[in-house]
Amino acid sequence: MGGEGVVRLRSKDLVGIDPLTPGEIRLILDTAVEMREIAQRPIKKVPALRGKTVVNLFMEASTRTRFSFEMAEKRLSADSLSFAAASSSVSKGETLLDTALNLEAMQPDFLVIRHPHAGAPHRLAKVLRSSVINAGDGAHEHPTQALLDALTIRLRRGSLEGQVVAIVGDLAHSRVVRSNVLLLSRMGAKVRVAGPPSLIPVGMAELGCEVYTRMEDAIAGADVVMMLRIQLERQGRMNFPTVREYYDFFALTPERLKLARKDCLVMHPGPINRGVEIDSRVADGPQSVILEQVTNGVAVRMAVLYLLAGGHGEPTAD
Amino acid sequence: MNRLLIKHGRVVDPSQKLDDGMDVLLVDGKVARLAERIDDATAQVFDAAGLVVAPGFIDMHVHLREPGYEYKETVATGTAAAVAGGFTAVCCMPNTSPVNDSAAVTEFIVKRAAAARAARVYPIGAVSKGLAGEELAEIGEMVRAGAVAVSDDGTPVHNAYLMRRALEYTQLFHIPVIDHCEEPALAARGVMHEGAVSTRLGLAGIPAAAEEVMVARDVVLAELTGGRVHIAHISTRGALERVREAKAKGLKVTCEATPHHLALLDRAVADTEFDTNTKMNPPLRSAEHVAALLEAVLDGTVDCLATDHAPHHADEKALEYDLAPFGVVGLETALPVTYDLLVRRHGMPLRTFVSLWSTAPARLLKLPGGTLKPGSPADVTIFNPEARGVVNPERFRSLSRNTPFAGLRLRGWPAATIVGGVVVWQRERR
Repeated sequence: MGGEGVVRLRSKDLVGIDPLTPGEIRLILDTAVEMREIAQRPIKKVPALRGKTVVNLFMEASTRTRFSFEMAEKRLSADSLSFAAASSSVSKGETLLDTALNLEAMQPDFLVIRHPHAGAPHRLAKVLRSSVINAGDGAHEHPTQALLDALTIRLRRGSLEGQVVAIVGDLAHSRVVRSNVLLLSRMGAKVRVAGPPSLIPVGMAELGCEVYTRMEDAIAGADVVMMLRIQLERQGRMNFPTVREYYDFFALTPERLKLARKDCLVMHPGPINRGVEIDSRVADGPQSVILEQVTNGVAVRMAVLYLLAGGHGEPTAD
Repeated sequence: MNRLLIKHGRVVDPSQKLDDGMDVLLVDGKVARLAERIDDATAQVFDAAGLVVAPGFIDMHVHLREPGYEYKETVATGTAAAVAGGFTAVCCMPNTSPVNDSAAVTEFIVKRAAAARAARVYPIGAVSKGLAGEELAEIGEMVRAGAVAVSDDGTPVHNAYLMRRALEYTQLFHIPVIDHCEEPALAARGVMHEGAVSTRLGLAGIPAAAEEVMVARDVVLAELTGGRVHIAHISTRGALERVREAKAKGLKVTCEATPHHLALLDRAVADTEFDTNTKMNPPLRSAEHVAALLEAVLDGTVDCLATDHAPHHADEKALEYDLAPFGVVGLETALPVTYDLLVRRHGMPLRTFVSLWSTAPARLLKLPGGTLKPGSPADVTIFNPEARGVVNPERFRSLSRNTPFAGLRLRGWPAATIVGGVVVWQRERR
């Protein structure tokens, strides 16, 4: 898009990549680049969110994402509290809606939510006054993960436009792949996905990607290979035979990586299963940017918090 | 002597191939006479000018929730909703608590219905004791107490042996086995139709094949046994193909379609951002299946319409999409939703429309209504094909509000409902 750049987000919430325009995505990434710089300073803290309160409500296990949000909140001087709770149903304990309304009654400014069921943040965003940030909902979306992945690619490559990105693994149960396909295709990258046919959901291509069943075909000539975690906890044993056989056909090994472009980036949203979907020689190799993703995660979450709090970016002409 | 004269209406009665301006005289709970002009000084007169006068609409698939779930619906509130929706009779499914698997529960429901004095209620008994799918319920006893069919609705009869025996045993009473067709392992933990929309939303899908596998099995068993199987809420292209083949072979296989499966697409789950009032089983299907269902209703493959009225409390529907119960209410929206769609938008003849809601279900279950022939019960549905209105759940008579149609503008609304010659409901006039 030409002319004036987008300087503010339209919504009070970040529930997914799907509702974002390319201009908004660019705004978040540009802001994140500035936030990255804060972490290089001797005093890694700015007062942007002083006096704001953030509640991190994690109803599903997470360490990386939760710490990343907490780190981002602290660097922006927000007051934050986190709690982990098991997701409850009507039969036992309080409903999600009641939990959220009780938290809201304490007047926080943000609710960061990780939840095992798709759509939970969307429902809360409709009834809460505070800004809702989706930190992963079921197998639906994980918008800040896709944004940090995009930032990582952009910092390395200068642009997302025209990049060939291959995403490999359990496509059916991954929220990371959904948010990434939506974001990358919207920003002009060419996205390929691959996985065992029994883990490719119906209509995957309609998200904006080419679908492959042979991993080798997907990564051939790719600029980026993103490996997904095999989520053993999310499935029974009928979707693929064994981890051993999975490694044979779908693990990123040094040999397979040779099929991609020579300087192809290797990415993984973590936590990695060494020797399952990725060989340690690749995970720890020179092409791996897995730890840069983690660094960028803090910057992206700072950018999202800052922008949702009403902050604005520099007008850019792009 | 109770005499009611319905004057100046357009009488549409498929059982007599009628579609004419006529007067109808009801005397002592029966239809007494139909003629171009009737004058009767002693009768109370109902002016039906501009209105369609039809044999009472019958909804052969509802959940009244009593006994056991009176916080969702009762026989009284459910039948109040029925008459406000233009229905003179409903057939209620047995998944209550206790389950309607015995004459005692059937009798209880019949008694509650009589006390409610609204729509007629014909209970449907369970196929298996406790809906457990293991042994046959006392079907004969329930039929004696008033049951008109059997079903394990909510779940399929998974066990093929039990289904076979049910299809044989019910021939003693000339009643159909109504099956909710769903292969449980294939449906797995699905909460919506499996397709591009479920993939985008990250929700577990229920494939069309889960329904089709079970319909195919039932057709095979209908052929083996010669029994009558009625497929509840049919919703997929493949299932309709199986029913077409069965009918071509002369098997006793029938099916019903719901208004929501005809009027809504799976996309509604995304468009409403996970509104749990789009969650029902079978799920809202994709455009391909909905087009096939519409075609099958228009070409007569689908025998009748039914709502699968499934009331749930607002607190239950306020849960996460995965956790909220399946089901939507339908009694108070069915007539306008289907009239608007089938007659206005797809040019279905009025006689066919009335048959799908009245004559056809009456014949299927051998109920006394579905006709305005002299001597038959004075059950009459009167509706205004030109009336415009907006679906407003706040005004429902049902105890529950879980409709996917809230706010929809529709044309063609019920005007009055007459059961046994008594006007049990009438739209307020402005």
